[in-house]
Amino acid sequence: MADATADGGLTGSHTDKRGRLLTSDGTPLRRALERANRRRKLTALALVAPLLAFILIFFAFPIAQMMWRSVDNPQVVNALPRTLDALQDWDGDALPPEPVFAALHADMVADLERPRREQAIGPLGIRLNYELSAARSAISRTTRDVANFEAPYSEAFTSAHRLWGDVELWRIIQREGRPLTLSYYVAALDREYDAQGNIVKRDENRRIYVSLFGRTLALSVAITAMTFLLGFPIAYYLSVLPMRYANLLMIAVLLPFWTSLLVRTSAWIVLLQQQGVINNTLVGIGLIDDAGRFSLIYNQTGTIIAMTHILLPFMVLPLYSVMRTIPPSYMRAAKSLGARPWTAFRRVYFPQTLPGIGAGGVLVFIISIGYYITPALVGGQTGRMISNEIARHIQQSLNWGLAAALGSMLLVGVLVLYWLYNRLVGADSLKFG
Amino acid sequence: MSMPAYYTTKDKIWHYTFRVICFAIFFFLLAPILIMIPLSFNAQPFFTFTREMLTLNPEGYSLRWYRDFLGSDSWMRSIRNSFIIGIAATLVSTTLGTLAALGLSRSEMPAKGLIMGILISPMIVPLIISAAGMFFFFSSINIAQTYLGVVLAHAALGTPFVVITVTATLVGFDQSLTRAAANLGASPTRTFFKITMPLILPGVISGALFAFITSFDEIVVVLFVAGVEQRTIPREMWSGIREDISPTILAVATILVLISVALLTVVELLRRRGERLRGLSPQ
Repeated sequence: MADATADGGLTGSHTDKRGRLLTSDGTPLRRALERANRRRKLTALALVAPLLAFILIFFAFPIAQMMWRSVDNPQVVNALPRTLDALQDWDGDALPPEPVFAALHADMVADLERPRREQAIGPLGIRLNYELSAARSAISRTTRDVANFEAPYSEAFTSAHRLWGDVELWRIIQREGRPLTLSYYVAALDREYDAQGNIVKRDENRRIYVSLFGRTLALSVAITAMTFLLGFPIAYYLSVLPMRYANLLMIAVLLPFWTSLLVRTSAWIVLLQQQGVINNTLVGIGLIDDAGRFSLIYNQTGTIIAMTHILLPFMVLPLYSVMRTIPPSYMRAAKSLGARPWTAFRRVYFPQTLPGIGAGGVLVFIISIGYYITPALVGGQTGRMISNEIARHIQQSLNWGLAAALGSMLLVGVLVLYWLYNRLVGADSLKFG
Repeated sequence: MSMPAYYTTKDKIWHYTFRVICFAIFFFLLAPILIMIPLSFNAQPFFTFTREMLTLNPEGYSLRWYRDFLGSDSWMRSIRNSFIIGIAATLVSTTLGTLAALGLSRSEMPAKGLIMGILISPMIVPLIISAAGMFFFFSSINIAQTYLGVVLAHAALGTPFVVITVTATLVGFDQSLTRAAANLGASPTRTFFKITMPLILPGVISGALFAFITSFDEIVVVLFVAGVEQRTIPREMWSGIREDISPTILAVATILVLISVALLTVVELLRRRGERLRGLSPQ
């Protein structure tokens, strides 16, 4: 370093025959700069790499793996390879012929000879049960005696369990005998396969998910609208107050923002219960009688009230930061030009707040559409959202493929919304506190 | 919002109505949180004010639910767990997040938008989906229902906050300071610890606080990934609300509100200090 400076850096002697600039050690300057640039780029990458690897392994990969579950379909292929072979030419109209039953027998006997942990019959029963209830018990009952079955196998199977005589079960085995399936998405959209293999709507009383998605959207819209209605006035009020008072009142917005979610949810349970503070006060001052207590919780009302309270700061903060930048002189100018206050507000002030409304609205909507805790605690039956159904399928009904299909649909919806949000305001403007 | 002299009666009415509306909304924001504080001193196992409480009779109040809380093994364990998991997760996410923010704020960083998108995705993806994914993945590599699993999950959820806060701090960072240090012969490591770190420290600390509060308040992932041994405070409150709801929850809630007030104060002080240090005058 010191030599180079003493030498004069890039003075006349440091050019080659073709007049290109050289550094003090004789490499062309361009190449030296390129190398230095590459090194800086690599340093920057090396700084980001640990976190990137961490997020990819412990966050992105698990989610991708979960989404894969929504199409992954190994159970039938693993358990019944011979049966599927034999079923290839079956037209699906009548019961399959004897060779198919023989293949089924061979498959089940072969499976029983495997070590217990590798047996494929258990997962097969669970898988088929998603499509046809009772399939699991049919398979487990048959497994018990299958070693003693003798030809003709079709009779042996149908007498072990009546379901083997049901063409429906065989159609399902044939349809799901592929390593990938769409059936979880078909179910998640309240559709099913009919006898001809066409996708048709389910019976009216078995349709759940489409209306649940609809309800989730409707609740999110209602919550976003409520946060807007409540957030707009106070954001405006805060923005016109002198900074000293505004900072003080801002505590009212920031304290809920920083308070534990479960604390806020339990606060609403305390307030809204049948024997809670609000109902007791109303009874106490004689506004309603004891029998007329409002049911404010464990229904949609509860979900909307509690979530509006929880998400209100997410609306107020972006609105406030936009409103702070709107010069008050615009409104004064509009009024001095003869506009009525309402017209001045509608045509001059309101349009300038639109970026804040967009940012806050999309943010609240994105958060509420995937909310789980509050609807689970205060939503009851009618205030449940799609997240609650996903959790139920993972923890109780154990239909993980269906949970993954519902989750993937929710995730894609949220990512599209986030992309919109990014287009509107840019992710960099996300701020907290 | 003082009232100009030329206001008509109608203007004045609107002016006051608007104030009343605004304060009603502020009341809506604060009241539910504040009302739990007196209720947590209730001598009766009710979630409502008793006659004794309303007449300010000392017999209506007691520390019963606080004693209940302090004397309960499961609550005490949940406090310990919350701090162990929160601190460990914060250390992981602050270290990784600060390094990444340093890299991301360099001008020669390639594919910045894409990488930033991936790094902040834990904040965007609905928690139920993150939790479900981690539940399956952590079960398959045998770290579900362990402290390690919960810490890693919470660290992943906390990093976006560190990345965003530290990147924001670095926006106002004067790069000529590090060049000056290098010019005076300091190694990159020395430059980092002597020049960069002290200047971005407020940002790093508030990022760390965000990461901590994320873990401290997180429940969905805990519901899926943690076992009985790893139950945190929110997890214990969840069972409290669902199974046997008692005013102990209000005592816990009061303590948590006090903790959040303390954290809020620290973050605000740090923000002001950071702005002063970097020469961005407080407005």
